[in-house]
Amino acid sequence: MTFVRPSFRHPQQPTNALGYVRKDYEGLISTLCAGCGHDSISNAIIQACFEIPVEPHKVVKMSGIGCSSKTPAYFLDRSHGFNSVHGRMPSIATGANMANRDLIYLGVSGDGDTASIGMGQFIHALRRDLNLTYVVMNNGCYGLTKGQDSATADRGSRTKKGAPNPFESIDLCEMAIQLGAGFVARGFSGDKQQLVPLLKAALLHRGIALIDVISPCVTFNNSSGSTKSYQYVRDHIEATGTFDFIPLQQEIVVQYEEGATQAVTMHDGSIIQLHKNVGGVDVTSRRRALDLLEAEREQGRLLTGILFLDPESEDTHAILNTTLTPLNQLTQAELCPGAAALEQINARFR
Amino acid sequence: MKPTKIEHPEYFHRVIDCQYACPAHTQVPEYIRLITAGRYDDAYMINWISNVFPGILGRICDRPCEPACRRGRVEKEPVAICRLKRVAADFKESIKARLPVPPKTKNGRRIALIGGGPASLTVARDLLPLGYQVDLFDDQSAAGGFVRTQVPSFRLPQEVLDEEVNYILDMGVNCHFNHYVGSLKEMLGRGYDAIFIGTGAPRGRDLPELPGRKEGDRFIHVGIYWLAAVLYRHIDRIGKRVLVIGGGNTAMDCCRTARRLGGDKVKVVVRSPRAEMKASPWEIEDALHEDIPIHDKLSPLEFVIKDGRLAGMLFERVEGQVDDQGRRRLTATGEAPVFLPCDEVLLAIGQQNAFPWIEKDIGIEFGRNGLPVLHEITHQSTLPQVFFGGDAAFGPRNVITAVAQGHQAAISIHLFCEGRDLRQRPHPRVNLTGQKMGFHDWIYDSHVTDDERQLVPTVEKVRSLKDRLLEVELGFDADRGHRESRRCLNCDVQTIFIDRTCIECDACADICPVTCINFIVGGDEDDLRSRLQIPADNREQALYVSPPLPTGRVMVKDENVCLHCGLCAERCPTASWEMSKFTYHEAQAEDV
Repeated sequence: MTFVRPSFRHPQQPTNALGYVRKDYEGLISTLCAGCGHDSISNAIIQACFEIPVEPHKVVKMSGIGCSSKTPAYFLDRSHGFNSVHGRMPSIATGANMANRDLIYLGVSGDGDTASIGMGQFIHALRRDLNLTYVVMNNGCYGLTKGQDSATADRGSRTKKGAPNPFESIDLCEMAIQLGAGFVARGFSGDKQQLVPLLKAALLHRGIALIDVISPCVTFNNSSGSTKSYQYVRDHIEATGTFDFIPLQQEIVVQYEEGATQAVTMHDGSIIQLHKNVGGVDVTSRRRALDLLEAEREQGRLLTGILFLDPESEDTHAILNTTLTPLNQLTQAELCPGAAALEQINARFR
Repeated sequence: MKPTKIEHPEYFHRVIDCQYACPAHTQVPEYIRLITAGRYDDAYMINWISNVFPGILGRICDRPCEPACRRGRVEKEPVAICRLKRVAADFKESIKARLPVPPKTKNGRRIALIGGGPASLTVARDLLPLGYQVDLFDDQSAAGGFVRTQVPSFRLPQEVLDEEVNYILDMGVNCHFNHYVGSLKEMLGRGYDAIFIGTGAPRGRDLPELPGRKEGDRFIHVGIYWLAAVLYRHIDRIGKRVLVIGGGNTAMDCCRTARRLGGDKVKVVVRSPRAEMKASPWEIEDALHEDIPIHDKLSPLEFVIKDGRLAGMLFERVEGQVDDQGRRRLTATGEAPVFLPCDEVLLAIGQQNAFPWIEKDIGIEFGRNGLPVLHEITHQSTLPQVFFGGDAAFGPRNVITAVAQGHQAAISIHLFCEGRDLRQRPHPRVNLTGQKMGFHDWIYDSHVTDDERQLVPTVEKVRSLKDRLLEVELGFDADRGHRESRRCLNCDVQTIFIDRTCIECDACADICPVTCINFIVGGDEDDLRSRLQIPADNREQALYVSPPLPTGRVMVKDENVCLHCGLCAERCPTASWEMSKFTYHEAQAEDV
């Protein structure tokens, strides 16, 4: 077994606007099973960060426990990182985000880490609209403990050598839309053409951005009875549309026919141009988004792409009206303004 | 673009850049792996079978393999293939028992070889084990041809040359040394079944028209004759100031030999710009290292004679210009002539073929360039039983080309003597051997080292300049040889894609360190080349395209900088990538 990836890269590998090559965003060699969807997502993250481009040292990788939560070791090894307790990634991310609002927060979690043990944390991070890109590597099973059904496994789906799952599944995207997340999308690890732009848009979105990425577990959940196998997902996938993500600085070069395209301007002036496939849906309408998810589910189809987008959404700092200077940069004088200032504050409550 | 036919023997052969570039198609990665394993005898034999003179070529080969080496495209420098060949030769024990033994009963065919250089010796080696009687004629006192007379001993010691020449002569060649063949007609009359002519390009070019040439004759020498005279000890010293005219490898040999015979101020003067000199870069480097400056863009005007002695030479400054037809020409700049003082001049401005001994009326046609009219592959002349090879065939090239041509001529002679069609060439012997040993475990060492090219240690300059017989390069020791051999990327271990089982999970594309694997919508070649994650600009390297996959896309692999590290195969969950060693054995006379 090779534990070392050769250090050579393609001699013509491109450089991004910040002068970095793709290698600068890579991590260690993966120890996950060969063919794991998570590795593809790791690569999509590397590609998205290279393309945006972000500075590696401005990114914070947060994760919990599980196969998914091991992946931050396999990308962005020049970034900050915190591997938290099982299901507790959102609270650690909240703390870090409160302390320094200037960094880009990328949370990586799995279906167990999010929909089971971490559900309590997950829903509150959504409510508070924490400025965090929350990637769920969703394989519908507990791969690290040999493939038991997880809470996102569809009813009737079978893992390798398993019985059909008797329970209803949790749709993380529907839940996120209901709880007020401003950016909700679904991707598939086997389709980087869609996943990379989704990640780019999510990383630049202000507020929480949830991407539920269906990521087949090749070892335990890629069998013919599974609804999260490569084959099943490819046969039942339906996208809200293809789209281009156009960062602020970039010129719009492609023009699409009016009506078929919806342009959504993000808070920083970036534009998402969505070319619709399904029923001309307005992705900025929360109600229609939920309707569409349900309708597609009734048809037995898996809807992917941007499902809901609120360009006006605000993050926790804006909601709480915190100081624009990151807390970790405030001096003691600013943090403890003294008895007179306290007196003033107390006077407001009298 | 249609799916790649990997069954075609030349497809994977092309991926092994070094072997493909070698005129004799030596199995380079295979012998380098054997060196890594310390199996020097085996490594030597792989070489000996293909290129016949591993110890010689490990020192003086023109190394077409090294510019082709894939390592040179992913890192700064290619693997030191040539010097590793020498490692195999230096560290081998006795291989005599492994050499083929000619049968006691001959097949009744008699072959004459005219000229005793590498091409003729190769023909002898290929035909003797088949039962041929081989008579060799050479005007020198020993075999080896120009490798013996022109290559100075400080680059190729005589023992090394003798050893490998004798391996062949000892197989039972009837040698006729000091025998100048003055008439081909007479040779034809001797009833040989076939005659092979490997007489090289024996005539050194001169500058007979240049003013002062005749008057200064005592001080002006033609390089190749002068080198031969040094070898035979007819010449053992030279003046203090020497000009060497010419920019090829012979010029480099001349100037370095002159340094060893008392030339203190030796200069090389060349017409073309420095960057266009014909000499191999490493030979130029060696000359510079021995304090020999190179003056370029100077064209000889006159030998200046004073008081009956050569005083120096006048040169005209020239510069390269491109004419209407796009050809580069050297034209005078119009500046005042340059005078370079000197005591002696060596002319190394090229070699020419000469066949004064071949009668015009015996049926061998010659082209306008003075070379015989030959079939390009069979090397057969217009007189069916006469074959040419080496520099005598298509003009001066190099030793490894002469060897390759010797192999081809031997095949032709064998086919000819059997009364078969010369154009029905035997096929190469090929094989694919799976490298899987266990779970993510390979028979070959797939690790890619970061080591840079090892430097060859040399003898101290002060010492080597005093003794023209002292070999300058010491060669790698076993340790350095091992380090260098591990730099090889094992390009003969091929990546084979099995489209039927691929689930398109992208694992291979994600792990590939050099981004050569792509899953994209099909198209024609230009289109595919432009749409890869990193466009495939190197058109000399093939694209490996699969049949359409379930999603309608195809797998496209750019072979250009593949490290053959096997990670694609390790990360594939369905074993849709296989690592298989491709063996390509160029056909020789025994395969007819």
